[in-house]
Amino acid sequence: MATDTLRFAAPASAAAVDVACAHCGLPVPAGLVEDGAERQFCCSGCHTAYGILHAHGLDRYYDLPERRDAPVQASGRRYEEFDHPAFAELYVRTAPDGLARTELYLEGVHCASCVWLVERVPLLLPGVARAELDVRRSLAVVDWDRAALPLSRVAQLLDQLGYPPHPYRGVTRDAMRRREDRAMLVRIGVAGAIAINVMLAALALYSGELGGMEGEFARFFRWTSLGLTAPALLWPGRVFFTGAWAALRTRALHMDLPIAIALAAGFARGAINTVRDSGPVYFDGLAVLVFALLVGRFLQQRGQRAAADSAELLHALTPMTARVVEGGAARELPAQALLPGMVLDVRAGESFAADGTVLEGASSVNAALLTGESRPARVAAGARVYAGTLNVEAPLRVRVDEAGETSRLSRILRQVEESAQRRAPIVLTANRLAGIFVAMVLVAAALTWWLKAHVAPDRAVDDAIALLIVTCPCALALATPLAITVAVGRAARRGLLVKGGDALEALARPGTLVLDKTGTVTEGRTALVDWVGPDWVRPLVLSLEAGSSHPLADGFRRAWPDLPVLPVVDAHHVAGGGLEGIVDGRHVRVGSPRFVREGGATVEDAVAAALASMDPALTPVHVAVDGRVVAGAALGDKVRDDARAALDALRARGWRTVMLSGDAPEVVASVGRALAFAPADAIGAATPEGKLAFVEARLREGRADRRRGHVVMVGDGVNDAAAIAAATVGIGVHGGAEACLATADVYLARPGLGALVELETGARRTLRVIRRNIAFSIAYNLVGAGLAMAGLLTPLVAAILMPASSLTVVLGSWLGHTFARERPAAP
Amino acid sequence: MSVIYLVLPLALLIVGAAVYAFVWSARSGQMDDLDTPAVRMLHDDDPTAGPRPPR
Repeated sequence: MATDTLRFAAPASAAAVDVACAHCGLPVPAGLVEDGAERQFCCSGCHTAYGILHAHGLDRYYDLPERRDAPVQASGRRYEEFDHPAFAELYVRTAPDGLARTELYLEGVHCASCVWLVERVPLLLPGVARAELDVRRSLAVVDWDRAALPLSRVAQLLDQLGYPPHPYRGVTRDAMRRREDRAMLVRIGVAGAIAINVMLAALALYSGELGGMEGEFARFFRWTSLGLTAPALLWPGRVFFTGAWAALRTRALHMDLPIAIALAAGFARGAINTVRDSGPVYFDGLAVLVFALLVGRFLQQRGQRAAADSAELLHALTPMTARVVEGGAARELPAQALLPGMVLDVRAGESFAADGTVLEGASSVNAALLTGESRPARVAAGARVYAGTLNVEAPLRVRVDEAGETSRLSRILRQVEESAQRRAPIVLTANRLAGIFVAMVLVAAALTWWLKAHVAPDRAVDDAIALLIVTCPCALALATPLAITVAVGRAARRGLLVKGGDALEALARPGTLVLDKTGTVTEGRTALVDWVGPDWVRPLVLSLEAGSSHPLADGFRRAWPDLPVLPVVDAHHVAGGGLEGIVDGRHVRVGSPRFVREGGATVEDAVAAALASMDPALTPVHVAVDGRVVAGAALGDKVRDDARAALDALRARGWRTVMLSGDAPEVVASVGRALAFAPADAIGAATPEGKLAFVEARLREGRADRRRGHVVMVGDGVNDAAAIAAATVGIGVHGGAEACLATADVYLARPGLGALVELETGARRTLRVIRRNIAFSIAYNLVGAGLAMAGLLTPLVAAILMPASSLTVVLGSWLGHTFARERPAAP
Repeated sequence: MSVIYLVLPLALLIVGAAVYAFVWSARSGQMDDLDTPAVRMLHDDDPTAGPRPPR
């Protein structure tokens, strides 16, 4: 490679100070600091993003309180397929004012200031009328004028800011869900309004019973309560009646059954008493019952929504069209029409539409989609490339080997989908109890009525109704979803984003923990792990490596940020070997041992022995100065500092730990030893399909053991995605591929395995709170039922006790100690 | 105390209006996303902005 493709830092006489990137705030490596420049950047992504903001006068972004603290990683794609008619047919609708509207899923939206950026910057493009971001779902709605601007321009801009966009396919399913949610919200609101007003009328009646009230006013209040409660049963409360009817028809015991009976009987009794103008009425209890139950149901529904969105996102990752070369001419075909044997023309910045072999050209490929590694891999004629990965540098001619459904990515995605669907929903304890509870309550009520009917007929109905009201399972219905909702909320503040409550329940009991290696247990970056040699050699190495964009150079720069950078002359890079140049007057060669040896350097025995003793699992780099090998470095992926402690803590709690990685077996074995994995539990050379098979095998084995048979998978790349979807609980780690994060049940937004330990601790505590709530509910129901059967409970008192019990459960969940309440301290 | 015959129906009318407003806002999608408006509120308007783009 020519010398001029490398940037060399200007000589600095003093050690470089700690400079922060003007865009993301992270430190700028010493080799990239430009003396005299007003602002420094840690990477070209941040530089570009800053340029865009500055050019449009949006510097106020940097005054926002909460900014993203990760460097901008633009994918560099050109998004030309967004302009294709096939794309428009699937993803673009017409907005009310004649503009085109599309919904895009944006990667990298994890902060509040992303809203500011995403909603402002696209508007600067002429033709974009609206850009709105739903921060919780990472969906941006864009309205734009198709005649004025192609969508690809908008997509490129979003990409440059650090939010690579993808088409969102879940639009129709979303519309349905939205309707359901709105209907539920309306029901709750109406039920609440009615309940409050009925309670006011009831309050008046109770005061009247204490202090005396004239008959006509008492009558007025009773009729008002009747008039308010009737619509409560007919509109919001109707779901219970339809549910009970469905339960009767299918002969299944559902919680709606006793509720519907209680509502109907209670209302009938109250109505009769109102007309007769004597006897108790308990419309307030009924109205509150409807409201409380609807709230509980709403919480439960939200908590258990499966992340079916994940499969939709993954499908958007492959390009929709490809350029096929036939007889010298190129034409565009949809990706589904590709057949093996066709020759594709893939330009720089485009994704491969199918699996294939490179025929012509040399470039580098970003396979982050499949492996999670952002380091581009060089490809030349004969190399295999995969659908969905990105061609970074130069145009390539590729022969299609597998296309469409048979491509590797499609097969992985199918496995992800199947695993996600096959997962049996974890039945929460409360639901299991529900069937038994319903049966018992009905039997008890019938028994009460029948027994009392002979002794005191007037009390019989009242007592039975009191029983039905007081033993309302609303406490049970609320206990679990509430505790989970509170715990999930607190966990989110701690940076542990949990998607579903059943994940917490599975994490609370020890099972098998399967971890990916690169990026999960290790830092995922090349770091300098070992150095053999005198200190004076270090600045020479650093100066030579300072301007190189090779990932190994990054390891040196990060290891020695404070060392001086000396003037370098005549430096050049030899592909696959290393760097060579004159530093501070001396001839220095840094590179692979073979490269250094070929340069004619001699080695002393002592030095050779020292170099040979370095860990063979790491990448060795030798240094020769003026013809003599004087030092060596070992670079590799460093194990995270907190990994050992975290793993030991989990093992002490009964978890069985396994490490599953696609990396070479020797490297995996070495890391496994460092982290005290049993040799059989540190498995290398695992393909994505292999990881899935492993998880499935463990699940099959564990099916016999209900308590400990579940499998938790922790990973960060798409090569983990299928296994993560198949596992009982899938956990995505900070910095992972977006596709993997979408399929996971939990996303750890904090780096390090300490977050995993905190998650497990919080899950166990949450289960404890749930059990406490359920125990209280059961105790309360037993006592209440007993009192009702003994005739000590009027329906009035029952109607007071029932919301009181719910309130107690709510308080118990709120005050329960699950996750810590403060935000984690900044690292 | 017979004023209750006037006051209570009046109160119920107000409640009815409130319920209507709530149902309208829920059905027109204003309650779909409760997180982003909270975040958006913290951002200052442009000091010299012209007419804002239509939302």
